[in-house]
Amino acid sequence: MSWFIRGLRAGVLTENLPEGQNLPASLTPGLPRRTDFATEQEALEITSLCPTGALRAEERAVHVTSERCVECMRCKPEQDWRRDADWARFADGGPLEGAFTRSIHVRIVDAGDCGSCLSELAQLNGPSYNLHRFGIFITPTPRQADVLLVVGPVTRQMLDPLKLAYEAMPAPKRVLAVGACAASGGVFGPSVMCAAGAADAVPVDLVLPGCPPPPLAIVHALRALCGQERPA
Amino acid sequence: MLAEAVTALRSRWSCVDWSIERDSICASISPDDLRAITKYLISQEWRLGTIVATETHGQLELRYCLYATRHPGWVQLVIAPDRMERAVPSLTPVTIAADWFEREIEDLFSVSFAQHPRLGDFVLHDSQWAENAGLMRPGVHTSGDLSEQQREWRPKRVLEEEGAFVMPIGPIFSGDAESALFLLETVGEDVVRAVPRLFYKYRAIEKIAEGRTAADVLLLAERCAGTSAIGNGLAYCRAVERASGVEPPARAHVVRGFVAELERLRHHMTSVREICASTSLTVAASQALWLEEQLLRISGETCGHRYLFGVLAIGGLQHDVDDGALRACVAGAAALSPKIDQLRTALENSSSFLDRIERVGVVGREAARTFELVGPFARAAGVAADMRVIQPYDPYPCVHFDVPTESEGDGYARLRVLFAEMRASLGIMSELCAELAPGATRAPAAIRAGSALGWSEAPRGASVQWVELDDEGVVRRYRLTPPSFRNWHGFHVATEGFAFQDFPIVLATLDLSVAENDR
Repeated sequence: MSWFIRGLRAGVLTENLPEGQNLPASLTPGLPRRTDFATEQEALEITSLCPTGALRAEERAVHVTSERCVECMRCKPEQDWRRDADWARFADGGPLEGAFTRSIHVRIVDAGDCGSCLSELAQLNGPSYNLHRFGIFITPTPRQADVLLVVGPVTRQMLDPLKLAYEAMPAPKRVLAVGACAASGGVFGPSVMCAAGAADAVPVDLVLPGCPPPPLAIVHALRALCGQERPA
Repeated sequence: MLAEAVTALRSRWSCVDWSIERDSICASISPDDLRAITKYLISQEWRLGTIVATETHGQLELRYCLYATRHPGWVQLVIAPDRMERAVPSLTPVTIAADWFEREIEDLFSVSFAQHPRLGDFVLHDSQWAENAGLMRPGVHTSGDLSEQQREWRPKRVLEEEGAFVMPIGPIFSGDAESALFLLETVGEDVVRAVPRLFYKYRAIEKIAEGRTAADVLLLAERCAGTSAIGNGLAYCRAVERASGVEPPARAHVVRGFVAELERLRHHMTSVREICASTSLTVAASQALWLEEQLLRISGETCGHRYLFGVLAIGGLQHDVDDGALRACVAGAAALSPKIDQLRTALENSSSFLDRIERVGVVGREAARTFELVGPFARAAGVAADMRVIQPYDPYPCVHFDVPTESEGDGYARLRVLFAEMRASLGIMSELCAELAPGATRAPAAIRAGSALGWSEAPRGASVQWVELDDEGVVRRYRLTPPSFRNWHGFHVATEGFAFQDFPIVLATLDLSVAENDR
């Protein structure tokens, strides 16, 4: 049997987006969100579990700085965790304007990623998520890119290549920081060899937390960048 | 067996004080004896696991850890070179496997290795760092913008023929490739040699770990390579547990083995997908990608995280995984098994695909042995090195499984090993699931001062780690030797005299992680 026929036989495996976004298994584990506890003491105890300072107690409530969360799951049973796909947040610039509102090209730069964000990015072009249907394409050259997608905390030895890639892009351009490392340095930065995320090297427009953010959340962020969808 | 080994060592080097500590033969030796003892051990089929450099109060100490391949057990040779000279004899002339270890230590501890063939630009790039930066030495921190200190760096070239040139690929290349620079030296059509320049992604995990609690360093061990979080995390947990005398409960061992195999299954599916994608076989790549996504979802449903972060804890598991979830996981993975087999059969019957991976990226048995390669890479070349068998740890001694090997050492042999290991992992998962008994999943973590080795068979091969703790449970020294660091060392063997268009295929079939190497 030829591969062509084999491909047709597999049928359509693509998830329905954006309406059918409620796919809990693909959004595992989600992100912690603001939770109210019975006592102030309890809130403080939960906060002390967090290794990266993502949790902050205010009286009985525990607030979450999502950018810092590395999904270590220590607060998991007690703290509430959200299971939607709407994780991204605009830092500065809004969506790309004009001609870029429908279709964009994205250059991915690995600035010290552990491999899990890249693995989730690889899923985007797979049958389950099929990024192409939104007019979003991953391009091998920054010269054709509208969006620079940065993963990893930005290591010292990747700092210059990252800046060069950004400079090589034509304007208007946007930068999307994907994952806890690119958003805040994650478990690695700031430290001797790592910066505190992509914002230390290039102007970041949209921040997507998660360790790693699942493909659905990345799709959501990319669509927000080209104005197809509104971020929270 | 260890007693026999120590007797043999005592008879040869009677003035050295050999002692047995648990499963290791330990000895402080003179730097002058290092080569002779190592040479003897390697002739007795011992293999270099890692070299740990430590510096306290200006005193440097090098610990050479070797493991036996014929029986369980380790040898730890410790040398303390002269304070002033910071020079030690190089082991590279005895075993090429020591080459990269010594280059790394030279960069990070500014130690010079006498008679090492090639030191210099390695972990710390010469274009940004002065020689003798010694980043890992106590009290050395960097500050300021390093890009101000730009210096010119040129790759070494060997070809002198007219028209010869170096084609650089990277550090940023391809769609979602990891950052690394490849220098392909060529006279036109064929690439004569390819040299990787790595460590663009060097995050200095070993340096960050110093001064953090043992529990927080686990986060670093898991995220050293997100695609083998359990593999590297387990070796770290075992090192801490052995250092402080914590014994995880039986159920924790079973579940740990289960998730390690689940990770291996998913990781190998990723490798298969990358091989299919590198040959532009899009339908097969899409099918592998879909299978990979299903395995990620199964992992998420079973343990709460798609990449299995946060499953392990020092002393056992962070949260118990209930029997129902594990059984559902086995059922889910078993349901995918026929689809995996169909993909394998279809690939094995595609002559155009086989033409592109057969006799490509060949690393033979001899090279795999001399470079001491690990994991599926070595097994495809006929070296059946597998830490689950040669240095067994729970729960593997009571599980039945085969370690598949092939002999050709080419891309196709590696693909067959990956498929065979996926089947073996499925078998181990269902066997472990049947053994499940209720019980505690975490021993009280009473972390004591101490130091120990920990190891595991990660998806890409042996992960060997060393940890030294103080009495407050804070990590003083963390040494991480992931499998990719060993296997990148053999990369240039696979890339001798190949055609340009085969480069992505060679790279994909070798199944190497840059993140895991760069740490």
